[in-house]
Amino acid sequence: MTVTFHRFRADSGRAVADPHLQKVLENATGNFREGRARMLADVPDADQLRDQLKAIRSATLSRLADHLETFERNAAAAGAILHWAKDADDACRLVIEIARQHGVTLAVKSKSMASEEIHLNHALQEAGVTPVETDLGEWIIQLAGDPPAHIIVPAIHVTRYEVAELFSRELGRPIPGDDIPGLTAVARQTLREKFLAAGMGLSGVNVAVAETGSIVLVTNEGNGRMVTGAPPVHVAIMGIEKIVPTWQDAAVWLSLLARSATGQPLSIYTTAITGPARPEDPDGPREVHIILLDNGRSRLLGTPYEEILQCIRCGACLNVCPVYREAGGHSYGSPYSGPIGAVLTPLIFGLEKYEALPHASSLCGACLDVCPARIDLPRMLLALRAEEVEKRILPWYERIPERVAAWGLGHARLYRLAAGLLRVFSRPLVKGYATRWPRRLNPAGERDLPALAKRSFREMWKDL
Amino acid sequence: MTAQPKRVALLVTCLVDQIMPEVGVAAVKLLRRAGCTVDFPTDQTCCGQPFFNSGFRPEAARLAKRAIDIFEEYDAVVLPSGSCTGMIRVEYPHLFEGDSRWHERAQRLADKTFELTEFLVHQVHWQPQAAPKAPRVTYHDSCHMNRVLHMRREPRSLLTAAGCEIVEMRESDRCCGFGGLFSIRMPQVSNAMTADKLRQAIETGTDMLVSVDPGCLMQMRGMIKDGSVRVEHVAVVLEELTR
Repeated sequence: MTVTFHRFRADSGRAVADPHLQKVLENATGNFREGRARMLADVPDADQLRDQLKAIRSATLSRLADHLETFERNAAAAGAILHWAKDADDACRLVIEIARQHGVTLAVKSKSMASEEIHLNHALQEAGVTPVETDLGEWIIQLAGDPPAHIIVPAIHVTRYEVAELFSRELGRPIPGDDIPGLTAVARQTLREKFLAAGMGLSGVNVAVAETGSIVLVTNEGNGRMVTGAPPVHVAIMGIEKIVPTWQDAAVWLSLLARSATGQPLSIYTTAITGPARPEDPDGPREVHIILLDNGRSRLLGTPYEEILQCIRCGACLNVCPVYREAGGHSYGSPYSGPIGAVLTPLIFGLEKYEALPHASSLCGACLDVCPARIDLPRMLLALRAEEVEKRILPWYERIPERVAAWGLGHARLYRLAAGLLRVFSRPLVKGYATRWPRRLNPAGERDLPALAKRSFREMWKDL
Repeated sequence: MTAQPKRVALLVTCLVDQIMPEVGVAAVKLLRRAGCTVDFPTDQTCCGQPFFNSGFRPEAARLAKRAIDIFEEYDAVVLPSGSCTGMIRVEYPHLFEGDSRWHERAQRLADKTFELTEFLVHQVHWQPQAAPKAPRVTYHDSCHMNRVLHMRREPRSLLTAAGCEIVEMRESDRCCGFGGLFSIRMPQVSNAMTADKLRQAIETGTDMLVSVDPGCLMQMRGMIKDGSVRVEHVAVVLEELTR
């Protein structure tokens, strides 16, 4: 996947022209924004809590290796089996190996951005293991063959009628789209059978706690518990940055996660898992594997981009982003969309492949306003843009005019001369306030570009 | 109030200089009404923000040095733009982090650079008289004025004092879609953002949409095809009401 300027313009142009998508983006993000504001207002001092999360995140990252080792030791002591994955291929290979060891042909999955990042479903399918997403939204987009359109609500773009069509196709019988409880009942029934039949449960990790070697999962549908409890083997994939030293730290993380994400004080289910089932437990997995996924993360430590690893994946920045709200998630060509995606995607998958993303922002700063970890996303967008110029990733037809303009603006006489020439040559195109370009040639699209004033301020100044 | 700055330099900004000079004229008149002596150093060009925002840091730094050279002799520098003020106040010192001499000069300039309404309210404590026939307006919180300079109250308080009734939009702080070269690089999204902003402004039923930033004005004016709402700079509105 590459997202060039041309491609982002084309995809976001389609999104902007899709009235249904525009409506759902506006409604869903609006509900989340309101929910978040209400929930944070409920906390005695939300700003202080955010400062606390920021401090925890940056302190943890500055000694990440130590905390990961503590986690590894404690998780292993609790009976979990740990694996380190350098990159996506490594992680997929590990999951497939575990599946083969246990003769798994069907795996149930709870929602995991890390697994989206490594395209695990695709790899499993190729290896003869059928993965079934059990988060309702993830299942819907799996049936549709779509990537997630939002970090928290992956199927934000799909209507209930489209869901009904997908379900009808999957189950081979007509299912009406006007009955939402009916649709969820169908999902519940179908997925329940999968939970019981699956040989393996796959999950992500919302946060890992080093002091006890535990992993924490939050879900709203309870599918996370089924995935990690019903099948005999549980494999969890966690980004190496999703760790805190203590449960006290985890409490800060969790108290901001659901509030920022969905406007809930906590998700309906918060599940802590420390190793596999004990001999005295009546059920639970016999084996728990934890795959620690690097995939470009450790490379960011100690760089100006380290701060991006403080993200807790709440999606609040998407909901306030005026660009995301128009362009939707798919325009970003990555499982990570919105402001976090615009920074994280080029850092993980390569800036040269995602040249447009650092520019998919008006630098309005709304993301920084809501980030529970106060990640300065605008600063990192600027740093990525500077890197594009240095590495000549920004196309030459953008670089050269900007350099020329900057040079010209360094000389007052050249500036006056250029403005004067533009004033004369644009005159035939000027109609009142605007310059009327032939529509197809207008770089601003639908928008009229302004005409230069008849007299500049510096000329008027002489008479003031 | 401490000693009033005697010599105020107007950094008029490129957009005002070339596209909406009436904003500069209004700013000069307002500053004079507030008792300031205004100078316009004619060597000024651009603060460098478009280049900084596109990733051209050396180019931005060169233009910043130029602006520092030109403006550092004044008691205060005033801009009719929150965005360009943010560039000088916040980003200039950042640009010279490795260079203590320039960093110091950048910081000194940053400390005496003010957005127009901020300057009128906090530096010279100017209060307009309420005009008898002031319009009902809605105010657009431009992003850098709001989130970089953290100023929402200053323009509103001046408009209210001048007699305007302010009717708030649902999201007064939602970006208008400009974002400098973003508006040319990503025109579809940019224009859709503007259309949403204008829809909210029209919903307020006011006569006028007011902003402190020429970039936002240019952007929003470009998407109004039917003249349904007047988009105006705060300086022009205040100047008209306090004649």
